[in-house]
Amino acid sequence: MAMLEVRNVSRFFGGLAALTDISFSVNKGEILGLIGPNGAGKTTLFNVINGFYSPSQGEVLFKQERISGLKPHKICLRGIARTFQVVKPLQRMSVLDNVIASAYLRTHSRAVAEAKAIETLKFTGLFDDRTIISKGLPLGKRKKLEIARALATSPEMILLDESFAGLNPTELNESIEIIRNIKTTGITIMIIEHHMKVIMAISDRIVVLNYGQKIAEGSPEEIRDNPLVIEAYLGDAQNA
Amino acid sequence: MNKVLPLIIAGILAVLPLIGLSSYWMHILILVIMWSVIGMAWNLLGGYCGQVSFGHAAFFGVGAYTAGILYNKAGISAWWGLPVSIVVVVLFALVIGYICLRLKGPFFALGTLATGVILRVTAENLTTLTEGDLGIMIRERTWIDKTWYFYIILLLAVVSFFTVKKVIESKLGYYFVAIREDQDAAESLGINTTFYKTVALSLSAVLTGLAGAFYTNYMGYIDPKIVFALHDISIVAIMVVMVGGVATFWGPFVGAIIMVFLAELIRSIPRLGAAHHTFFGILLIVIIIYLPNGITGDNPKLKRLLRIGKTT
Repeated sequence: MAMLEVRNVSRFFGGLAALTDISFSVNKGEILGLIGPNGAGKTTLFNVINGFYSPSQGEVLFKQERISGLKPHKICLRGIARTFQVVKPLQRMSVLDNVIASAYLRTHSRAVAEAKAIETLKFTGLFDDRTIISKGLPLGKRKKLEIARALATSPEMILLDESFAGLNPTELNESIEIIRNIKTTGITIMIIEHHMKVIMAISDRIVVLNYGQKIAEGSPEEIRDNPLVIEAYLGDAQNA
Repeated sequence: MNKVLPLIIAGILAVLPLIGLSSYWMHILILVIMWSVIGMAWNLLGGYCGQVSFGHAAFFGVGAYTAGILYNKAGISAWWGLPVSIVVVVLFALVIGYICLRLKGPFFALGTLATGVILRVTAENLTTLTEGDLGIMIRERTWIDKTWYFYIILLLAVVSFFTVKKVIESKLGYYFVAIREDQDAAESLGINTTFYKTVALSLSAVLTGLAGAFYTNYMGYIDPKIVFALHDISIVAIMVVMVGGVATFWGPFVGAIIMVFLAELIRSIPRLGAAHHTFFGILLIVIIIYLPNGITGDNPKLKRLLRIGKTT
């Protein structure tokens, strides 16, 4: 069953086409990788799905219902959470308070929100850092905090925007573990990542964007051997 | 300790009139408490929700004029202004919020600054309703003695304090602070930022309006230049919070004490008295540079500074 369907989505900024006629779907429970060179439109696509932008053409459906045009907070309430590539912690709040703030989405009770937040912090390995003011967190933990905050909204689907960028090898392995654990809880994942080894290892399927267009879609093996993808990343072999 | 401290302070304040303070000191105390109410109100919106308003005189003035017009036109006691102003001020807050809350950061500040000025000019010219620059005079004062005025504003302050505390410790408080820290992040965490900013603005406006309605009853005279004043109301509201401590429970109270006493002190200096706004400006600059979180917020830093001062 398709959890999320992107149908012929285009997004223009003035005369610039950031996305052109993108269509694909994400199945329930899978991890879909989204890759492409810098400026390919990956984050723009997330912003369209998440509601920061409305598509200039086309539509986005979540569980067969149209969500494009809704505000981000409505989309989050429907069950799509996201993280930001440029991390946006609530700086002067503690790690725990950050997560409580997002856990409040599904409850009015402080106790329930706190319990959910603590559960999420344990899940993402941030429990020991819960009292730290998030401004003082190192990047690796901020990236985890982004994930924790998204999870605390009890989403059915989560959009991860470069959650691995800038992590050291230990942190990288921890994060891969976290993503795999998220998958086992039944949450559908869509992930933007530049780290090829990671994306090939964890994705069930991969969608490749270049210059705002979808150039390939398929299993990691298919993508690895796709000449269009190789060209997009490495340039044309004959001109090299 | 934190639970009983507000009650202890309120208790101490409540017995102050019994020790036979002069009328002048009662006036100072009433001003201090009135300014802490306005400070608490401003703090809710500016300190916690991060929406810095330069136009709180708008709500103060609307509250004050609600009381004044009820007395002058409807012929009923100006005290009705307190309950009625809640409704009137919320309506104004919704309209002002609809226009200004779509603006972010400094643009919101400018938008609110403009609304304050617009309301002042309107009040000056809408003479059929407001009597314009002549102002409204409450001819029959309720009490000559200041004691009851003191208890009424004290009650208002206690109610404001616990309202703000309750709000900040609840889901609303978390949402306000989340909006202050990062509006885009808050929105993507499922927080309806427009809605919650409107809630913060309305709550803040109501408390400010109540202080305004009290002011009409207490002072017995209002005109647009007094109650819609940019420098004497809007800016002082910000200063009370900045000096006392942004986003702290006690900041507005501490700030109000300092600002009211400072204003009295400077005004009593011969020839320099008229320049008290200049001193306020200098003070604000010093506070922002050395104690950006205010006296309550930067308490440890202040203690350290003072200790260094003693040893050297």
